[in-house]
Amino acid sequence: MKRFAQYAYLILVYGFLYIPIIVLIVYSFNDSKYSLNWEGFTWGWYESLFANDTLLKVALNSVMVATLAATLATLIGTLAAVVVYRYEFFGKQLLKGLIFILIMSPDIVMGISLLILFVSLQITLGFATLLVAHITFCIPFVAVTVLSRISGFDKNLIEAAKDLGASEFQTFHKVILPLLMPAVVAGWLLSFTLSMDDVIISFFVTGPTFEILPLKIYSMVRLGIKPEVNALCAIMFGLTLVIVITAQSLLKEKK
Amino acid sequence: MRTYNRFKQLSLGGIWLWLIVFALLPNLMVIAASFMARGEGEFLAFAFSVASYRRMLDPLYLGVLSSSLYWAALTTLLCLLVGYPFAYLLTRMPKRLRPLLLLLVIIPFWTSSLVRTYAMVIILKTKGVLNQLLLGLGVIDQPLELLYTDTAVIIGLVYALLPFMVLPVYASLEKLDPRLIEAARDLGARKIRIFLEIILPLTLPGIIAGSMLVFLPGLGCFYISDMLGGAKSLLVGNLIRDQFLSARDWPLGAAASVLLTLLMGLLLWAYYLSARRAGRGGLP
Repeated sequence: MKRFAQYAYLILVYGFLYIPIIVLIVYSFNDSKYSLNWEGFTWGWYESLFANDTLLKVALNSVMVATLAATLATLIGTLAAVVVYRYEFFGKQLLKGLIFILIMSPDIVMGISLLILFVSLQITLGFATLLVAHITFCIPFVAVTVLSRISGFDKNLIEAAKDLGASEFQTFHKVILPLLMPAVVAGWLLSFTLSMDDVIISFFVTGPTFEILPLKIYSMVRLGIKPEVNALCAIMFGLTLVIVITAQSLLKEKK
Repeated sequence: MRTYNRFKQLSLGGIWLWLIVFALLPNLMVIAASFMARGEGEFLAFAFSVASYRRMLDPLYLGVLSSSLYWAALTTLLCLLVGYPFAYLLTRMPKRLRPLLLLLVIIPFWTSSLVRTYAMVIILKTKGVLNQLLLGLGVIDQPLELLYTDTAVIIGLVYALLPFMVLPVYASLEKLDPRLIEAARDLGARKIRIFLEIILPLTLPGIIAGSMLVFLPGLGCFYISDMLGGAKSLLVGNLIRDQFLSARDWPLGAAASVLLTLLMGLLLWAYYLSARRAGRGGLP
């Protein structure tokens, strides 16, 4: 009986988490524009989505920013994790603290702080400012992902590389990086999702010349619910699903 | 023996440069902006003034502030009440099932909360799924007006932020040494006492980390209250956004943002204290 109640509770909470998304996906295939009644299966909303040139361009913008931001954030974040793990230096605690604070700090605070920076430097808001912002909020997530993997690291391997005459860069490139690769790829994938999904920070740091998908969805939703938005959201969810499952399986294959 | 380590210097230099220019400096500028006056043509005028902070005591803004704090606190409490037992039960599940069950929490954690909030709109609409279901079951005979109410905002916030509570709490519960519980039981402690004196203090860092991840976005997530609450509901996030985008009162927006940062600092401090205590094993 107690066991039953426990399972019932788990199922209830999972239901709360998943039913809205499942409903969203189901209705993206519903052949009815206004009513909630099921009027048959259709690919129509997806077709009209892919026939929409502006939307495709906006989606491409998002993918481009996410790819670049994830790549640069992975580079900087991985270096940060390796440096924190391997070396002692002035301000190490501060660096670790800063990474932690950046993860915790509310999106809106980061959004407006970058807005103030860009405006005072008189940089036009658009692609470049958006990219910088996305790199900045992805760095700590990569650093933490890589650090969690690096902790179980065999230091003898680094010593061995040094004894064999490898330079610091060679040690990083030939020994550390290959061993960390799963975590690095996972960090990249998670950064990509973060960047694709961000609303609040992007809201402040991009201009009208450079539109991205989440902000487009936001403005579409404010104009009312349309089946095309269902389809678009279903695609976004599917993408996240694939990426997260891949990242998790990469992080799990330990040792 | 110390050799010149170019790899270390270059990496460190790059990382510091990036974080100082794009994280530290902007935040200092927010603090500076909050002490400036409203500009005429420009957004900011270089004159020291505490007017923005004084204006936050204005009943209009104070009302937004206190109601936003109340909602975020309520959201955090609800997430904790739902999420803690949930995370606890997860740690009790068979070992081979656990990775899958955890993955099912991680997926919504990473899913765009905009997409998830939109899904909630579909559920809560007057002619939405929930009302159809309840009408069909005969629980109600009039559709509930849920969307664009405060209740909808709370439901949406809990829905969007629940995974952010579950994951840190789960992590701290999993780290808990079962031997401590066994020892307490052997010494004759009852269940309530074991929970209050062992489990709770040792998982407090997880609770505080989770609360931070729920409470702060709960104050700032303007699109959740926008989409589910209509224009009536105002979070601090909506207030800040409006100052920057429509009202053009940057100092006030900056001051509100400094307030959020201070709240974060307070929570970080609580986290640090609790982690230090739990790290000592929680035993005197």
